[in-house]
Amino acid sequence: MAETVGGAYSKPEIAGEIPLDQVAREPFHRQHVLDLDDFSAGEILRVLDTADIMKEILRRPIKKVPTLRGKTVVTLFYEASTRTRVSFETAAKNLGADTVSVAATTSSVSKGESLVDTLCTLQALGADAVVMRHSYSGAPYLASRIIKGSVINAGDGWHAHPTQGLLDVYTVRNKMGRVSGLKVVILGDVLHSRVARSAIWAMTKLGAEVTVCGPATLLPSWWVQTAAQNGGLVMPGLRLSCDLDRTVEGADVVMALRLQMERMQAGLLPSTREYVRMFQLNSARMSRAKSEALVMHPGPMNEGIEIAPDVAHGDQSVVEEQVSNGVAIRMALLYLLIGPNVNVPVEGERR
Amino acid sequence: MDSSKTIMAADDVRRALTRIAHEIVEWNQGTDGLVLVGLRTRGIPLAERVAARIEEFEATSVPVGKLDITLYRDDVDTRGPLPIGPTDIPVDITGKRIVLVDDVLYTGRTIRAAMDALIDYGRPGVIRLMVLVDRGHRELPIRADFVGKNLPTAREEDVHVHLLEVDGVDEVLLTR
Amino acid sequence: MNELWIVNGRLIDPSQGIDSPTNLRIVDGVVADLGRISPPAGLSSDQLIDAAGKVVSPGFIDIHVHLRQPGYEEKETIATGTRAAAAGGFTSVCAMPNTKPTVDTRGDVEFVLGIARRESPIRVYTTGTITKGQKGEELSELGEMAEAGAVAFTDDGHVVENPNLMRYALEYSRMLGKPVAQHCEDPELVADGFMHEGRISALLGLRGIPAASEESIVARDIALCRLTGGHVHFQHVSTAGSVELIQAAKTEGLPVTAEVTPHHLLLTEDWVAGGKWASPTVLEKWGRIATVPYDTNTRVAPPLRSEQDVDALVSALRGGVFDAIATDHAPHTIVDKQCEYGMAASGISGLETALGAMMLLVHRGDLALDTMIRYLTVEPARAMKLPGGTLRTGSPADVTIFDPDREWIVDPKNFISMGKNSPLAGVALRGKVTATIVGGNLVFNAD
Repeated sequence: MAETVGGAYSKPEIAGEIPLDQVAREPFHRQHVLDLDDFSAGEILRVLDTADIMKEILRRPIKKVPTLRGKTVVTLFYEASTRTRVSFETAAKNLGADTVSVAATTSSVSKGESLVDTLCTLQALGADAVVMRHSYSGAPYLASRIIKGSVINAGDGWHAHPTQGLLDVYTVRNKMGRVSGLKVVILGDVLHSRVARSAIWAMTKLGAEVTVCGPATLLPSWWVQTAAQNGGLVMPGLRLSCDLDRTVEGADVVMALRLQMERMQAGLLPSTREYVRMFQLNSARMSRAKSEALVMHPGPMNEGIEIAPDVAHGDQSVVEEQVSNGVAIRMALLYLLIGPNVNVPVEGERR
Repeated sequence: MDSSKTIMAADDVRRALTRIAHEIVEWNQGTDGLVLVGLRTRGIPLAERVAARIEEFEATSVPVGKLDITLYRDDVDTRGPLPIGPTDIPVDITGKRIVLVDDVLYTGRTIRAAMDALIDYGRPGVIRLMVLVDRGHRELPIRADFVGKNLPTAREEDVHVHLLEVDGVDEVLLTR
Repeated sequence: MNELWIVNGRLIDPSQGIDSPTNLRIVDGVVADLGRISPPAGLSSDQLIDAAGKVVSPGFIDIHVHLRQPGYEEKETIATGTRAAAAGGFTSVCAMPNTKPTVDTRGDVEFVLGIARRESPIRVYTTGTITKGQKGEELSELGEMAEAGAVAFTDDGHVVENPNLMRYALEYSRMLGKPVAQHCEDPELVADGFMHEGRISALLGLRGIPAASEESIVARDIALCRLTGGHVHFQHVSTAGSVELIQAAKTEGLPVTAEVTPHHLLLTEDWVAGGKWASPTVLEKWGRIATVPYDTNTRVAPPLRSEQDVDALVSALRGGVFDAIATDHAPHTIVDKQCEYGMAASGISGLETALGAMMLLVHRGDLALDTMIRYLTVEPARAMKLPGGTLRTGSPADVTIFDPDREWIVDPKNFISMGKNSPLAGVALRGKVTATIVGGNLVFNAD
């Protein structure tokens, strides 16, 4: 059953009011992790539960298990990123896998080798998993049609960053004990943000109420129009607003997104100063949220722009935990995708 | 329909565990440095019961750890990624005298994986193995030091250990 | 005397208002007689075509195809493109001038027509560019090209951005009696977009091309048409807003014509997501969507739009707002399409699926069969002032015979066109061309 609100269609399986421990954990049969939009609540919980186990490994003196020994994980990054790439490589190494890192600037990619050529080469070299970051939305889908192993999307264009979405909802669950019923605000340049889209799926599927908030030029036009026709509702679980002060009232989680300086040059915003006045996450605004509310940011932060420095490093900020949770989540996914015992063929995108 | 034979009933299990508890203390010459580590799933209640027995007659509590070896297994199952249970080793195991506890000893692969896991936690002084049932057919050079029952079996047969804490009843069944 | 009979078929000729079982007699490449006439005895088998169970219509005319020659022969040549057109039932095509070099001069026109004469089994007309090199700066030699045989002018692939230059083009071409065909996309509003800006682009994180990018140019050019009286022809119209503007312009009596492609009449933005986010009504019509998410075969300019736009286009076709169904056949190599969505070439190879695709609308009850044929024959001929589109006695015998019910599954590997880029791969269609005749010669025979 698909629900429609003003022409928007949502996938079923949103957990709604069901308490977490009663949602059945599903067996995990995916071959690839390209997007969270078709994950069920049960699958997300399976990943989070597995991440709990992985966290324990990270507390041991020897942070290593032999589970993925003999497997090769290739990180293929067409956009520079220290944080995410190192997180994935650490995750792979902790599970005993071998890692190979392909950075677009140094490899033959910059000599003009196409994405398809590179993927065919990696496939021929026997990569068990390819972790890919690319500036074009949809590139990992192309990879999934070439790589016979597993493809994990580490961020494609504006479209999705599924591991970030998972670690964000994991962080919320760990700190708040639940996700269902929480009021989550995603603040900033949502239009260009793959982090925002993945967080929306992860949070709404586990029953949170998400509101995206930002300047109208930085929100998807279809969502702005749909919200205007439906009293602020874009689709079940997702609202939209351009008024931060009102939106942040009573929020449980506020996630600030990075503002790219290029948006001013592209004519989307008049100036940084106006953005800061209207949309910066500062302590005055955070005081309108609940007192135990969490402050999140995918990083790297432009302190003083989208987030005030005192809020970025304040007591409510869980930015560092997001990073450490990232390794546990990525270990969990690697285990579930290419760990032993994953030879069951199931039709469609799932293996 | 498979035929099923009861090899040990509740009382047999109880007596075996009591005897093993004494054997362990005898070997260790007391409880100093002793740590019992139960292998998920049924090794854990067995370890807890043995620790409780020891506490009864030695008046000291022995630390009990819980070990899940899913991440160390070398066998392949076609049912999809196995759920991993938590591992909890409450003490530093370096230099300690560890007794691994499991319900059935068969090929020995589970114990090999358990030793690998344990060694990632520290450097034990000594490792011994306790099982409720040893059914033979070792594929690796692994030996049980404390055994509830030696049970020669055929490969087509299955040994099922049921425990009160997990299955609601204490018994050991042999099915073919 | 060369005689050819087509018998037992259902003849539908909108130019004469005929839709009935009618036999056709062709002598020396010209329609000699039609009606309840019977062939003489003693005809050889290649002088008699039995069209029982089939529809017989005037040969289809496609006023918008890319034959890619000269310059892009790896994508298509005049030989392969025209043979593909014949297989699609087209007896005449208008080639677009965005070749390499572009068709800017008399010499270029003669070159294309010369190759066509030698290598094409069907009739080929060519268009010329509006501006030199399609750069939008200076007018091409429209007069000379018209004399050499160019039937219209277009910078297709690009819009003429400078409104003043478009004004001059309309005034000049009015003097020559030729239409100026516009590819309506404001480049600033398009701004590197990849798909329709709407519900799906918001979910897929692809930069969108808003409907306004087309409508703003349509509105501008209608105003310029009013100013100059020149004939402007709107290519591959894709939005409901454009339809409203064109309808108003026609009601006003302005010399405006417009075409629509089969893919814009059928496919929506949902196809870009590969069925992941398809609306319930789209799924109801199709059962399942044959594309995968970010399938580059769905990338086309203008993009596949919303359901509301598609419904408006179909309704406009029924209501006579359009003058032609034109495929905008745009073959590309596999390399051009096997890449990231944002880097893929835009275009759909559509000559061989056009009839089957249009018949889907007919079978669904959204379009009458004779309306479909009207906009493939007499109307495109009238809009572009081309001969053909009729089977009146005395006209050249360009005939298309098709089986309206034959079921087939689209497999681009079997296309005659070098372009295998079709989003309909794997889709079941119902309706297939079985024979195509140009000037009395059988140039395509499926059986």
